[in-house]
Amino acid sequence: MGLALLVIIWLITFASTYFFAAKTWWLPHGVSTAAQWIDHQFALTYVLMGIVFLAAQCGLGWLVWRYREGASSEPVEYSHGNTTMEVAWTTLTAILFIGLNLMGSHVWASERFEPAKPGAVPVEVTGMQFAWYFRYPGPDGKFAKTNPKLMDPSAGNEAALGLDTSDPDAKDDVVTGTMYLPVNREVDLTLRAVDVIHSFFVPSLRFKQDAVPGLAIHMHFTPTELGEYEIACAELCGLGHYKMHGMVHVVTQEDFDKWLAAREAEKQ
Amino acid sequence: MATSATVHAHAAPQGFIRKYVFSLDHKVIGIQYISLALVAVFVGMFLSLLMRIHLIWPTAVLPLIGEIKPETYLSLLTMHGTIMVFFVLTTAPQSGFGNYFLPIQIGAPDMAFPVLNMLSFWTTFVAFVVMIAAFFVTGGAPLHGWTGYAPLSALTNTGPGEQLGADLWVISIAIFCVASLMGALNFITTTLDLRAKGMTMMRMPLTCWAWFITAILGLLAFGVLLSAGILLLLDRNLGTSFYVPLVVVNGQVMGHKGGSPLLWQHLFWFFGHPEVYIAILPSMGVASQLLSTFSRKPIFGYRAMVYSIMAIGVLGFVVWGHHMFMSGMSPYSAFAFSIMTMAIGVPSAIKTFNWLGTLHKGRIRFYTPMLFAIGFVSLFVSGGLSGPFLAQPVLDIPLHDTYFVVGHFHLIMGVASIFGIFGATYYWFPKMFGRMMNESLGKLHFWLTFIGTYAIFMPMHYLGMAGHPRRYSQLTEVAYLHNLIPVQTFMTYAAFVTIAAQLIFVINLFWSMFKGPKASDNPWEATTLEWTTVTPPPHDNFGGHTPVVYHGPYEYSVPGAARDYVMQTDPTPVTAH
Repeated sequence: MGLALLVIIWLITFASTYFFAAKTWWLPHGVSTAAQWIDHQFALTYVLMGIVFLAAQCGLGWLVWRYREGASSEPVEYSHGNTTMEVAWTTLTAILFIGLNLMGSHVWASERFEPAKPGAVPVEVTGMQFAWYFRYPGPDGKFAKTNPKLMDPSAGNEAALGLDTSDPDAKDDVVTGTMYLPVNREVDLTLRAVDVIHSFFVPSLRFKQDAVPGLAIHMHFTPTELGEYEIACAELCGLGHYKMHGMVHVVTQEDFDKWLAAREAEKQ
Repeated sequence: MATSATVHAHAAPQGFIRKYVFSLDHKVIGIQYISLALVAVFVGMFLSLLMRIHLIWPTAVLPLIGEIKPETYLSLLTMHGTIMVFFVLTTAPQSGFGNYFLPIQIGAPDMAFPVLNMLSFWTTFVAFVVMIAAFFVTGGAPLHGWTGYAPLSALTNTGPGEQLGADLWVISIAIFCVASLMGALNFITTTLDLRAKGMTMMRMPLTCWAWFITAILGLLAFGVLLSAGILLLLDRNLGTSFYVPLVVVNGQVMGHKGGSPLLWQHLFWFFGHPEVYIAILPSMGVASQLLSTFSRKPIFGYRAMVYSIMAIGVLGFVVWGHHMFMSGMSPYSAFAFSIMTMAIGVPSAIKTFNWLGTLHKGRIRFYTPMLFAIGFVSLFVSGGLSGPFLAQPVLDIPLHDTYFVVGHFHLIMGVASIFGIFGATYYWFPKMFGRMMNESLGKLHFWLTFIGTYAIFMPMHYLGMAGHPRRYSQLTEVAYLHNLIPVQTFMTYAAFVTIAAQLIFVINLFWSMFKGPKASDNPWEATTLEWTTVTPPPHDNFGGHTPVVYHGPYEYSVPGAARDYVMQTDPTPVTAH
């Protein structure tokens, strides 16, 4: 029985580790400036925890096999523990866990402590059951007022957000169901939700943030590669949660300007 | 201590109702709690089976159940989570086994407040009935998840199930909180006041320490959840705005304004994180007890184990914000919560180290309870080590609300706790029912469950890394999920086997109850007080006398002793070490 435990525990350990180490399933290719830092911290955590995992599981398997009761087993060591080892172990674990945490903290600080820099592309993201809307302020750089009484989700886009057309800033506000962003430019994101909590999750951009009713949450990120990336909702928001997805198109600055101009023209 | 024990003694009841239904005997109440949890765990497991089937065959029409719609799937996951957390993981290890064995292990004739004990069980029972009723009302069970985030949970028009079903859900949880508060008071008082002569706090078995600290956590946490639940009911039914700001649901402006959705999250997780430890601490205590007993060796670092339980208890109250790194909470507070969360890993690691130290240079006997204790350690390590990933806010950016989290908490809070419960069942069954459980069936049950649960929950980490969000009823809409469907399929098949294996346990349980070989008073040659009394214990536990305690709980293989264990009541001195 001791041998069976050793074999099974080791097999489970090695099989689990294999799929991590072989990166059979891994974080998707990262396409934002934060991705390399986040991925680095992930890999570091993974290596350190992986070593502890292997050591603890292999140790467990070996101990139960080595000290199984049998005709030839040695006498039990009568001991209530070892304070020196307890202290050493506690100190090491504390250093490992807290140190690991501190090493990742600068990434968090750079992502969340500072606002977007001047010149970033302003985009407002609004979540509602079960769609994402993206608003661009247009040439005036100002988002117009919205009015909850005017919201009409069935009409979509501007009407869905209840854009107040009596506000002069509303003339050049563009609302779309697909997000377009210029590559290598910081995005100044404002996240809102009109009904329940949603979460704007773009795995490839290493971006996630809840959109909360009553709050306007400011975030920023910088996409670094052209392409189309999927948005998935990551906070349970009702029966359509699974289909509340969207697309981010990261395009060149030129294409972005063209797209925005076309949308402005369409609106007039 | 011993004198106050006699004050609450009550005569053995005669009639069936007083003996088995509205019993004041902590042993009967313990079995009632365990039976309730056994019913609940099968309900919860059945719901998970339906979810696993739906994920793989979304259009399947099941006999009796019919088609599972997206909203049905969400109701299943809400009720699965709620039933498992409250009526299984809180009920079985603490209220069930704690009720039966805490008084016996500290040498008391009963709990301090037997009537309160009976009330707390029947209140829990009412809570369960109300919870199950949510399935059968118009609109069905709620779909807001076991965490019930507002405003989804605080309005009645955010989805099917958010009408009467959601009210019943909140009411059931509120009733459960009241029951838990009564139970917690009873456990704390019993531990402090009813210990037998010689049973100092530092001679208590680690199970008793775990039940004691868990009760304190329960007393502090359930009060907060009760208040939060009442506010939620007010928002839902009386138009208050504790959790709801101005919102527009499907074009309709709701009458609320000024509330904070984050307030619910803070209150919920102030309960919710200690709840994780409420679920796991008793199983940690059981694992310690079993590893020492079956290694024939004193527990490694008893004091360190006690202090770790306390440290986990204290730190458990200052880490709740790690559930909210992506919620819009201040990013500075995330920093503080993250450090505290990493700190709570330290006492958990000490415990793991001491379990391994207990096995080292022991003589391990592989009875079924021991297999589950070893399995517990393995699962605790696996589930625990994904914690330092999720404790870092920066890694929550890719991992929060994905299957990585689902894998993490199922391994550690779900399966590891359940392994503690299984270990406790196989270990104490002989004392409770006077018969041994079948070892061959027990071992088969262990192997299938151990391998099966790893096969279900380890792949969830891979899905999470790939960005698979949780609580998706269909995997067809988001393109990058298509490649992950084979992993989901594998997990569903693993779930079939693992769930089927639980029938072996039930068969063993009921067969052994009536047909198992008779158990002696101390079949495992263990040292704690429950093994000094007859099997099954009489109404007052020790047949008219109160035990006197001379030793710590785990005196195995004492040099020079006649046998390889010295019972706690054995007056022979144990030489200093």
